[in-house]
Amino acid sequence: MIEQILTPWRWENLFVEWPTLLRAFITTLEASVLALLLALALGVVFGLMSSARHRLPRAVARVYVEFFQNTPLMIQLFFVFFALPYAGVSLDSFACGVLCVGVYTGAYISEVVRAGIGSIPKGQFEAAHSQGFTYLQTMTVIILPQTVKIILPPLVNQCANLIKNTSVLAMIAGGDLMYVANNWATNGDASYGPAYLITGILYFCLCFPLSSWARRHEEKLKRQDVQTAGDNAGKEVMAA
Amino acid sequence: MIEYLTSLFSSTILMYLLKGFGITLKVAIIAILLSIAIGAVLGLIRSYAPKPLRLLSGFYIEWFRNTPNLLWVMVCFIAAPLPSDWSRCAMAYVLFTSAMMAEIVRGGLNSIPKGQFEAAHSQGFTMVGTLWYIILPQCFRHIVPTMLSQIITVIKDTSFMAQVAVAELLFRTKNLMSIFYNVMGRQITAMDVFLLFGFAMLLYFVVNFTLSCLVRYLQKKDSVSSHL
Repeated sequence: MIEQILTPWRWENLFVEWPTLLRAFITTLEASVLALLLALALGVVFGLMSSARHRLPRAVARVYVEFFQNTPLMIQLFFVFFALPYAGVSLDSFACGVLCVGVYTGAYISEVVRAGIGSIPKGQFEAAHSQGFTYLQTMTVIILPQTVKIILPPLVNQCANLIKNTSVLAMIAGGDLMYVANNWATNGDASYGPAYLITGILYFCLCFPLSSWARRHEEKLKRQDVQTAGDNAGKEVMAA
Repeated sequence: MIEYLTSLFSSTILMYLLKGFGITLKVAIIAILLSIAIGAVLGLIRSYAPKPLRLLSGFYIEWFRNTPNLLWVMVCFIAAPLPSDWSRCAMAYVLFTSAMMAEIVRGGLNSIPKGQFEAAHSQGFTMVGTLWYIILPQCFRHIVPTMLSQIITVIKDTSFMAQVAVAELLFRTKNLMSIFYNVMGRQITAMDVFLLFGFAMLLYFVVNFTLSCLVRYLQKKDSVSSHL
């Protein structure tokens, strides 16, 4: 591996094929953006459902979250890609990857949204209700905008996870970064050293800014939390 | 219906799948234990060691944390200096997960007030003694829920090994689809496929759901006791 990375001609071979690499990188980006949109939509809907008053939506959201968080993304992907065609449903590998990564991350985002809504004091719901706001208006106009500050850091973290998870596209020949790198590794002159290194660096460039931003802001929120710990502690004990 | 189920999940198929799950758990457990140990050391270094060491462990943590685990499975499968397929994969999980664990440990260490070090020092504890007897026990109590979530992730991510043909649960489930005729003597149907995948999902789910119930229980206990 190391000696491959130190061999110049392997790098030359890699850079001759840079358009392939670029296209793969763009595929990864496209898959990430589409899957993120799907995940956000699902996350908000199921997050709202799990903070609903009625039992049924709460139960549905619970089942969704527990199922997708506790089974591997890979088996979900293989199920959709290899098993569903037996029932007459076949998707191409890109659509399949976006769908699976989106639905999988949606479960995590729904938990983030639920925790965010849970952190808003109950009085706000009652105040909104007393002013004649409907449930939907209360959520979209009053509650959700306030949760943004709290849920943004974990959300950005999930986004970094999502980008890393799009690498599962490689398993079903999705043409993403990981797939192309793997092709290099297994075909032709087997220049896997440079291919894997470049792939790692590209993923790193996408994920590092996101995860370090998330950490900085999480720490900031924690510090603010410590300052107001007095009230919070009071509330939690009352609730217990 | 029952006849159909017993013929599908015959002892041959059941053993085949369960053995796969055994490999899944073996790799997961080894990876988890090693990553916690290495992660704790890296986390301590990143928080308390002199600057050059701190930078080095920071570089390791950020590099592995921000690249896909699947990449490391493929890299280690080709290049790791270990004898068997599964142990090379286990090394990939250790590389990736120890970075995640280090980050979790660092978070736990951050929550421990500096005064504890001074107090321990004044009582004659050495640095190692302080860390071992005073700092780490408190740190671990805080981070157990987060660690358990990461452990669930490791168990789920072992399914990446299917890509490099290590015969763990997911690989065997998918493989059954191609060898079905030879094993069962009939063509595979949609029902068979769904039940096989369903069974594999159920195995993963039972283990992970148990762990995530434990996470929730501990979180609740922690948030109540820390405020009392």
